[in-house]
Amino acid sequence: MSVAEFFDMGGYALYVWGSFGATALLMIAEPIILRSRRRSVLKRVARIIRMKAEDAR
Amino acid sequence: MFEVYRAILMRDLTLALRRRSDVFITLFFFVVVVSLFPLGIGPEMDTLRMIAPGVVWVAALLSSMLALERLFTVDFDDGALEQMLLAPQPMFILVLGKVTAHWLITGIPLVLMSPLMGLQYDLSGNALLVLLVSLLLGTPALSLIGAIGAALTLGLRGGGVLVSLLVLPLSIPVLIFGAGAVEASVSGLGEQGHLYMMGAILVLALLFAPLATLAALRISAE
Amino acid sequence: MSSRILNWFKFSSPATFYPLAGRIGVWSMVIAVVLIVVGLYMSFFVAPTDYKQGEGYRIIYVHVPAAWMSMFIYLVMAFWSVLGIIYNTRLSAMMTSALAPTGAMFAFLSLWTGAFWGKPMWGTWWVWDARLTSALILFFLYLGYIALQGAIDDTRRSDRAGALLVLVGVVNIPIIYFSVKWWNTLHQGATIKMSGEASMDPVMLWTMLIMTFGFWAYAIATAMSRVRSIILERERETTWVSELPEVRG
Repeated sequence: MSVAEFFDMGGYALYVWGSFGATALLMIAEPIILRSRRRSVLKRVARIIRMKAEDAR
Repeated sequence: MFEVYRAILMRDLTLALRRRSDVFITLFFFVVVVSLFPLGIGPEMDTLRMIAPGVVWVAALLSSMLALERLFTVDFDDGALEQMLLAPQPMFILVLGKVTAHWLITGIPLVLMSPLMGLQYDLSGNALLVLLVSLLLGTPALSLIGAIGAALTLGLRGGGVLVSLLVLPLSIPVLIFGAGAVEASVSGLGEQGHLYMMGAILVLALLFAPLATLAALRISAE
Repeated sequence: MSSRILNWFKFSSPATFYPLAGRIGVWSMVIAVVLIVVGLYMSFFVAPTDYKQGEGYRIIYVHVPAAWMSMFIYLVMAFWSVLGIIYNTRLSAMMTSALAPTGAMFAFLSLWTGAFWGKPMWGTWWVWDARLTSALILFFLYLGYIALQGAIDDTRRSDRAGALLVLVGVVNIPIIYFSVKWWNTLHQGATIKMSGEASMDPVMLWTMLIMTFGFWAYAIATAMSRVRSIILERERETTWVSELPEVRG
């Protein structure tokens, strides 16, 4: 099965790659969003601790 | 037990009737929405006759959503709700009383107005009767289910829109059987099946919805 | 008996659950990637071509797992909500809100792939088929939950209100499903069968199961990662958070 034939998917290329593409897109985007959310939470917590440390002094 | 129910019912009715304008707002909304559709879809009678049940029912659903906002907020703001929660009588009855009052104020006018709206869509006499009965069975269920959403979103900003987002998916069965009943009677299939289902949904809602509303009020009023 | 319950509850405190969630998250993401890669390979190269729908049917290997996951995640959210209400443990509510976005994503994916499958097979992007319609309503339930969580600032109230909404929703799902089925068969007669699970070739079935387990591991991984962020957000004032290596470093 040549590569072109594979991508053609028996004429259903748009539909098959449309659904697999959307699924792949979302299932890759979500972990990335989660990682950036984690980073921003850690940054905020660190800032809170720094502020508390300064108030304590 | 029954006096408490009657007391709450009377209290809420008198409170609502003092501000008579609120009663007419939901009714006016219902009439306007139903009359808008022919302007959008066109005056051909046969298409209108076909869409009539759906249109009237969706309009009834939306206008009952509209009125939910005021169900608990007035008492919540002036602290009466906390007193009710602390009252020795079972809160189930108090919630039932308030929802009945709400239904009498907003649901009944819709039911009485619906035959008139049906005439706009040239529905036959029998279909109008079935429309009336289906709304009579459906609007209390909508108020009961809506009360859960109203209690959950008590005192939240943007509460009005949020209530509809929460409650509309849950009231889809009522819409399906309500509109389906009229359509079934028009197409000669007979509407008993649909009306029985609506009765079943109403009984279910009557039993379980106040419990959920009660829990939601406890959560929100804390 | 009591000692077993005790250490089981040890994990209900965010401080002890936080590192555990990290480990589970990493492991389940590894399993998810492995399973999905195997599943993808099988769905394109191993699974035979469908006699009727040709290559287009391969969308089933994404559509069905996404639909199953969207329903399964809602049930898991209901499970955590019940736990949260009975034991009043804050962590269960955090798990529910951690699962919701992933569940909503899977619901949206099941609609998207359902539409992309409907177009070649039935000629229209959207078919008011009973299952697709119920998936749409499930998507609305997810949006309702997320909107409610977003609208309430006080976490204590948003936890319990969310839990109640999920329970009310899960009780209504069967009613909605059957009324939609009744409504659908009434208007369209026998619905167009999407795919005969029974007549599935075993290889097709196994491919779909592998993909489903892959999606399942993926959902656990994302839920764990999101619950860790939620824990950090909610416990930001506590000392154990301030001593965390990643915070101090």
